[in-house]
Amino acid sequence: MTTPNDVHALSGAYAVDALDDIERAGFERHLAECADCRAEVASLREAAGLLAEDAATDPPPALRARVLADITKVRPLPPEVVTVHPAASPSRRGRGARFLAAAAAVVVLGGGATVAWQQPWQDGTTQQSAAQSVLSADDARSTSLDFPGGAKATVTHSDSLGEAVIVTEKMPPPPDGKVYQLWLDQPGKGMVSAGTMPAKPDQTVLLTGDAASATGAGITVEPEGGSTAPTSEPIALFDFGDQA
Amino acid sequence: MEHLRPVSSGDPSPDGPPGADTGLTPDLADLLRRSGRADEAAFAELYDATSRRVYGMALRVVRDPAQAEEVTQEAFLEIWRTAGRFDAGKGSPYSWILTITHRKAVDRVRSAEASTRRDTTYHQSDQPSDHDTTAEAVHASLEAHRVRGALKTLTEVQQEAISLAYFGGYTHTEVATMLDLPVGTAKTRIRDGLIRLRDALGVGA
Repeated sequence: MTTPNDVHALSGAYAVDALDDIERAGFERHLAECADCRAEVASLREAAGLLAEDAATDPPPALRARVLADITKVRPLPPEVVTVHPAASPSRRGRGARFLAAAAAVVVLGGGATVAWQQPWQDGTTQQSAAQSVLSADDARSTSLDFPGGAKATVTHSDSLGEAVIVTEKMPPPPDGKVYQLWLDQPGKGMVSAGTMPAKPDQTVLLTGDAASATGAGITVEPEGGSTAPTSEPIALFDFGDQA
Repeated sequence: MEHLRPVSSGDPSPDGPPGADTGLTPDLADLLRRSGRADEAAFAELYDATSRRVYGMALRVVRDPAQAEEVTQEAFLEIWRTAGRFDAGKGSPYSWILTITHRKAVDRVRSAEASTRRDTTYHQSDQPSDHDTTAEAVHASLEAHRVRGALKTLTEVQQEAISLAYFGGYTHTEVATMLDLPVGTAKTRIRDGLIRLRDALGVGA
């Protein structure tokens, strides 16, 4: 892992996708909190994109028809609308949701912190408004899980928005050198990372990835920086339960 | 310079889309907005205006034309799906589109690498001949000319590091090894080089 002092130096490598998965997860956590780095990454991506000028090549003509046929089968995601109403209680929308807990792993929980995750390229305002859109969606469905010691995690997902949000309360910090990592269970792919979660005060955070296609979500404890696939039993599983 | 030259490409399409030869087609943001409203005609226009760069970049990174097609297909599908979330306040349409494409291309080469080591055709010694024989001047646009000029302001190591990372799809750690740089130095070369390129091009201020 990089030290806080040189984490900014990864902006260039991040802008050209030259970080490995663990470094990228770490840098994206930093990006969520560093407006300077977000601006720098955006500007360096502009510059890098111009390098493609010289690589431009005519694609095979048949590709056009395939792409245009593809898109007829996929619904564009809605924009992230800024909303100002106060936080909704996600649990009131939960009905019929199910969850499973791997009880053996729950013992790692027991202190007093919470978790947060932000996508790169999003400032907190956008992140929160996107989360609110999910929580207040007409088709929002919630699954809650209570941990021993009073901690609680609720995952709310909206198929129409294709997004999921986790709301945590009183979640204890992960063990030293470990992080909580979120996963979406994608048919045919298994658990796909939805971001790692740094310790934070109680927050409402958006999962990365397509929640519409996912059949559930999970949380595991992973080595710091996160993993590309779960390396431990989940401490919580949230079954979306309403998938075809 | 030669490390940032493309390998040879096919014949130019005589009826290539207008706007494909300029880096800043003005209505891309509008096409994205309309695509976000499921306007398929707008998306077709967007494809025509950007597919040479998207495919060209995918080909440059993955090298195999069949895989480059798949990456292009995946990238455009993602662009369609997320077009409504393009935020002009955070960057240009091209940057947004190419960021999606590049990530797909890099994911492709790295996942391929996980099972079998990639057929690495990149050799520094190959590049000068690419440079000499590539008839890319056919496609040379004013923008490309400007970029090549800007690249000349970078040091040789900066150019090589950026090329290996961006077009080679290598991590900065791999780049350090390939260029015999101390571990941790390549990321600095990449960043410094990109900053210099950005400033020379006057983008993304």
